Amino acid sequence: MGSIARQSPPASLDAAADSASATTTRTRRRRSWLRHLISNPITALSLAFVVLAIVVGLFAPLIATDDPNFATPADRLQGPSAEHLLGTDALGRDVFSRLVYGARISLLIGIGVTFAAGILGAVLGLLSGYVDRLDSPIMRTMDGLMAFPSILLAIAIMASLGPSTVNVFIALTVVYTPTIARLVRSTTLVIRQQTYIESARSIGLRDTEIMGKYIFPNGLSPLIVQCTFVVALAIISESSLSFLGAGVPPDQPTWGNMLRDGQSLLQQAWWLAVFPGTALFLLVLALNIVGDGLRDVFDPRSNRR
Amino acid sequence: MLTYILRRLVMLVPVILIVGLVVFTLVHLTPGDPAAVILGDQATPEDIQELRDRLGLNDPLPVQFINWFGGVLRLDFGDSIFLGMPVTEALLERVEPTVLLTLYALVVQLAIGIPLGVISALRSGTIIDRLMTALAISGAAIPTFFLGIMLILIFAVTLQWLPSVGYVSPTQDPWGHIQRMIMPAFALGFSTAGLLARLIRSSMLDVLNEDYVRTAKAKGLAHRDVVIRHALRNALVPAITVVGTSVAALLGGAVVTETVFTIPGMGRLVVQSISRRDYPIIQGAVMAIAVSYVLVNLLVDILYVYADPRVRLGDK
Repeated sequence: MGSIARQSPPASLDAAADSASATTTRTRRRRSWLRHLISNPITALSLAFVVLAIVVGLFAPLIATDDPNFATPADRLQGPSAEHLLGTDALGRDVFSRLVYGARISLLIGIGVTFAAGILGAVLGLLSGYVDRLDSPIMRTMDGLMAFPSILLAIAIMASLGPSTVNVFIALTVVYTPTIARLVRSTTLVIRQQTYIESARSIGLRDTEIMGKYIFPNGLSPLIVQCTFVVALAIISESSLSFLGAGVPPDQPTWGNMLRDGQSLLQQAWWLAVFPGTALFLLVLALNIVGDGLRDVFDPRSNRR
Repeated sequence: MLTYILRRLVMLVPVILIVGLVVFTLVHLTPGDPAAVILGDQATPEDIQELRDRLGLNDPLPVQFINWFGGVLRLDFGDSIFLGMPVTEALLERVEPTVLLTLYALVVQLAIGIPLGVISALRSGTIIDRLMTALAISGAAIPTFFLGIMLILIFAVTLQWLPSVGYVSPTQDPWGHIQRMIMPAFALGFSTAGLLARLIRSSMLDVLNEDYVRTAKAKGLAHRDVVIRHALRNALVPAITVVGTSVAALLGGAVVTETVFTIPGMGRLVVQSISRRDYPIIQGAVMAIAVSYVLVNLLVDILYVYADPRVRLGDK
């Protein structure tokens, strides 16, 4: 038993462990990885930007200076000014306010899709990696879905479902589940070889318990890293779909819709495309940098020189 | 080698079958009757019934799938509802711009990614390296369509150096073709160039520490020869897979880029067909693009085995 305990990772079979001391160790560990993450100033800045974007999205009604859909035809196509920070669009709507509400939709889709695809992908990946019988059918289906360029699959699904925010969420969940399933499967295949899984099985734990309590938590770090990138990818895909007119309906303020409107007026009003595009670029950049940072923290071996 | 290729070709069969199943299922996700959706509000029940017959929607699903997939294997995707011509014909008309755009973007990716990665690795740790890495990370984060719009704003609207939109076939007007393809190819290729540069950088760093590179240096070869003939050649092998996977990104990105630059390719046809509810076109184009992606990946894998003898030996 002693040898097994030594090989066990922190969250292991040792149910008798003093729960109080376990909690303090865990908080200390959590603080240390956060400190490690923000020790790089650029990563810290990126994390701050992501948090800022989330705050802006959450409190959009308080931060926006105008109703994002209120049209004032008399004020149409005005450049940035004190009254309209980022100018107005062809219908005289305030670009800044639309940008703020756009952050809400982008993040809602980005984070929502990541959660849904993360859970679905994790379940499929665990089953595929742990239950031999299910491996082939699940993974072949995932391979089939991954045979499509992701944006094309999303477009095809949207073409059938019709444009709406919920359908964008469904389409992108289908698109990003296979990547996560494949990742979780490969970590599951490695973890199930470990001695602590063998011992868990030998003391008679049920398979669902082994998967949920031991395999899933121990494969969590690469999953979290991957999920950060999926948030960024889903945000780009959402705005691409909206830009193509196949995403969130055009009357709603999203960055993709704003860019679509902005492109046709590029000659008269550069600000219509430049501001939402820059917001999109900065948010995706920040998410990617945070993802890179998390990877370095969780997996020191991947440290690039 | 030949058995490897044959085995991979056999493995292709189930993948293409699944791809077909996915594409087929998509249309049946439509809420309600696809025939009624296609014809819109003003259709009479007779019209709908007639279209259902034409599309074969009255048959049981498995029969419909077998009929449709059998057609696909003969490159027959049915008729377009809007264009009034066979889907295959409509796609063939649009294939040239898409293929050329993807190829040019691939050239941009290689032309930017490889030198950037090599210079970064050789100047590792310096300001140049940091700038290159920053550029590579930014390139991966900028959405293709936004980069495209920015290029139009700078080079077409403001500086007026390049025509902003449209497409001319290279056989008609080679110079006009190049002028119109520079911006789309750059917008599309730049995003994947960053990824390639980062990979080349790290594999170059690995290779530069290898014994054979030290030997080459020690026997007095010129620096340029060591870098290009000994280090780069080996560092390029892992890059082959990245180039392969980025073809998917490029094919998908081409759909968006074609819309930004109004290039009449397959991607733009798909986007236009969404509002026309021209499902046979969407099915055919998506199927064609997915299958070409699968084939490109197969080609890349074969190339990889060919380029890296260690993989070939491990295969036996």
